[in-house]
Amino acid sequence: MSQDIGYVRTEMALPQPAPLRERGPLAWMRKNLFANPFDSALTIVGLVIVAMILPPLFNWAIVNAQWTGTDRTFCATVAQGGIQPDGWSGACWAFVKAKFGQFMFGRYPLDERWRVILVAIMFVALLVPLLIPRVPRKGLNAVLFFLVLPVVSYFLLIGGVFGLPHVETPLWGGLLVTLTLSFVGIVVSLPVGILLALGRRSKMPVVKMLCVIFIETVRGVPLITVLFMASVMLPLFLPAGVSFDKFLRALIGVSLFASAYMAEVVRGGLQAIPKGQYEGADSLGLSYWQKMGLIVLPQALKLVIPGIVNTFIGMFKDTSLVYIISMFDLLGVVRQNFSDAAWASPQTPASGLVFAALVFWIFCFGMSRYSIFMERRLDTGHKR
Amino acid sequence: MAIENAVSADEIKVDRAKMHISDTDVAIDIVGMHKWYGEFNVLKDINLRVMRGERIVICGPSGSGKSTMIRCINRLEEHQKGKIIVDGKELTNDLKKIDEVRREVGMVFQHFNLFPHLTILENCTLAPIWVRKTPKKQAEEQAMHFLRRVKIPEQANKYPGQLSGGQQQRVAIARSLCMNPRIMLFDEPTSALDPEMIKEVLETMVGLAEEGMTMLCVTHEMGFARKVANRVIFMDQGQIVEENTPGEFFDNPRHERTKLFLSQILH
Ligand SMILES: Nc1ncnc2c1ncn2[C@@H]1O[C@H](COP(=O)(O)OP(=O)(O)OP(=O)(O)O)[C@@H](O)[C@H]1O
Ligand SMILES: [Mg+2]
Repeated sequence: MSQDIGYVRTEMALPQPAPLRERGPLAWMRKNLFANPFDSALTIVGLVIVAMILPPLFNWAIVNAQWTGTDRTFCATVAQGGIQPDGWSGACWAFVKAKFGQFMFGRYPLDERWRVILVAIMFVALLVPLLIPRVPRKGLNAVLFFLVLPVVSYFLLIGGVFGLPHVETPLWGGLLVTLTLSFVGIVVSLPVGILLALGRRSKMPVVKMLCVIFIETVRGVPLITVLFMASVMLPLFLPAGVSFDKFLRALIGVSLFASAYMAEVVRGGLQAIPKGQYEGADSLGLSYWQKMGLIVLPQALKLVIPGIVNTFIGMFKDTSLVYIISMFDLLGVVRQNFSDAAWASPQTPASGLVFAALVFWIFCFGMSRYSIFMERRLDTGHKR
Repeated sequence: MAIENAVSADEIKVDRAKMHISDTDVAIDIVGMHKWYGEFNVLKDINLRVMRGERIVICGPSGSGKSTMIRCINRLEEHQKGKIIVDGKELTNDLKKIDEVRREVGMVFQHFNLFPHLTILENCTLAPIWVRKTPKKQAEEQAMHFLRRVKIPEQANKYPGQLSGGQQQRVAIARSLCMNPRIMLFDEPTSALDPEMIKEVLETMVGLAEEGMTMLCVTHEMGFARKVANRVIFMDQGQIVEENTPGEFFDNPRHERTKLFLSQILH
């Protein structure tokens, strides 16, 4: 052999720290903001836009804002009959402050608002441990939250028992209505949506047809129409004397509506589960409900968490449509108060709307972040 | 003639003495069974009687209906004509009977079909807990017993996605065994695996055979067939074409199709 091309490694190479230019803030910026000329241009354009929008917004919302006051004069310029210098433009947080109670509770009687607050405290006290994975006793927690809390809240909020004065639902309003509608909508739509999705994939033709008809009908009609029909048409079909609480009708309308959408989201997840998972479950002798409940749904729902949360968020915001049946959710109450002569000023609507937007955003953003957290946590796929 | 393909487990020791076949106890009886997919007659006039303790290897070209046939035995596929009787229970539309049969018949798939959202231990305890109503603690002890037997007890708390293919397939076997089945069906259990992993799975299967498990195995591992099987069945175009002891089948095939098939896979 004239030439030896064999090679044998004598020592194994040890891992070395990444070169400096791969680490640290500079590397991060190079990679994420200025990777190529196009990225750099986008970054600069973005920064310019932010620089144009942020300062005026900051001035309006914080620097020039009117934080205290008892009526419109505090939020109007001299020319408009107020105390502010001419040309002043700032948020009228005094309006939000003065109306805060209404924004939260609507026309719920002042003396009874502690009931709503109590419900809110119980809601938070049960929701928080339910959302934190580390807290034990999830089963008990879930039963309290999904079964006991609604019943207790029902009696507390409506009253008429245990010496609590009756508060009829037309008096409810504001965030109370928004949250009640969305909570019921969420709690009803997920299980109903799952059943509808399973029904739509069922091998039993009648079940399948009923589910398809329901889903397609509801999805084909705008929510506003459903609510309107529920309030105007439904009483026509009911025998005289039987009245059906308007708020209850809205609850049913919103829940059914959300269920139909949820059904399609869940069906998407079911379709993504490979046939092998069904066969694996079948071959072990699991029943249909065991197979679905233990094997298929946990995987399918995990896949469609973004879609589920999307539906929740959509529903949360759609609750505003109950104004069509003259119920007033947060946004409705805010808008209702624009016409209050004591507070009418050019700054009032913007301030009220920004406040409403902020509240909606906090809830929606919270749901969105939590869903991302859950997605990460539930990811056991270890795809490679 | 070298009948083992590249990886075949020459080194695996097989003790045939322990494999006892019953003369009277019928495990599976298939009589005049036909199956159609729409207009397509996939399985034609299948007749097969499997005695308790038999180890049957089924082979044949792709599309010949091997998978379909063994999947009929636990009703993953429905047959339209003829009879299938498993452990004395005839498979009909009676869902209760089907569940009873599935509890007694374990199945191992080509692609494992483990449940990716559950740990290995949970994969193994799920069916005993929910179907057999075994107490959780006992189910876990039993699962660990079978995981030790397939030699991966240390993986119990991992998820399937963290295991190699061979390990996953052994978990799948352990998962089936946890239901204490009387019959095991294998549908190409090694054909999705790399050569090194094939051996570990085959060893597990040999161990099962030595304990007297009734096994039906679709495989092209001819070394395994020769060493473990007591009968080899050759299928083509939805029919059983030839059936014999492994020795006769490999050394002295009689049907033209069998000869052609063997010459192709054994070169
Ligand atoms: N769901 C189905 N619908 C229609 N035809 C099918 C279906 N499943 C299988 N077939 C057909 O039935 C025949 C037998 O399929 P089967 O999967 O049993 O073959 P096989 O012998 O297991 O093949 P392989 O070795 O490739 O796994 C094939 O021709 C296949 O195309
Ligand atoms: Mg096959």
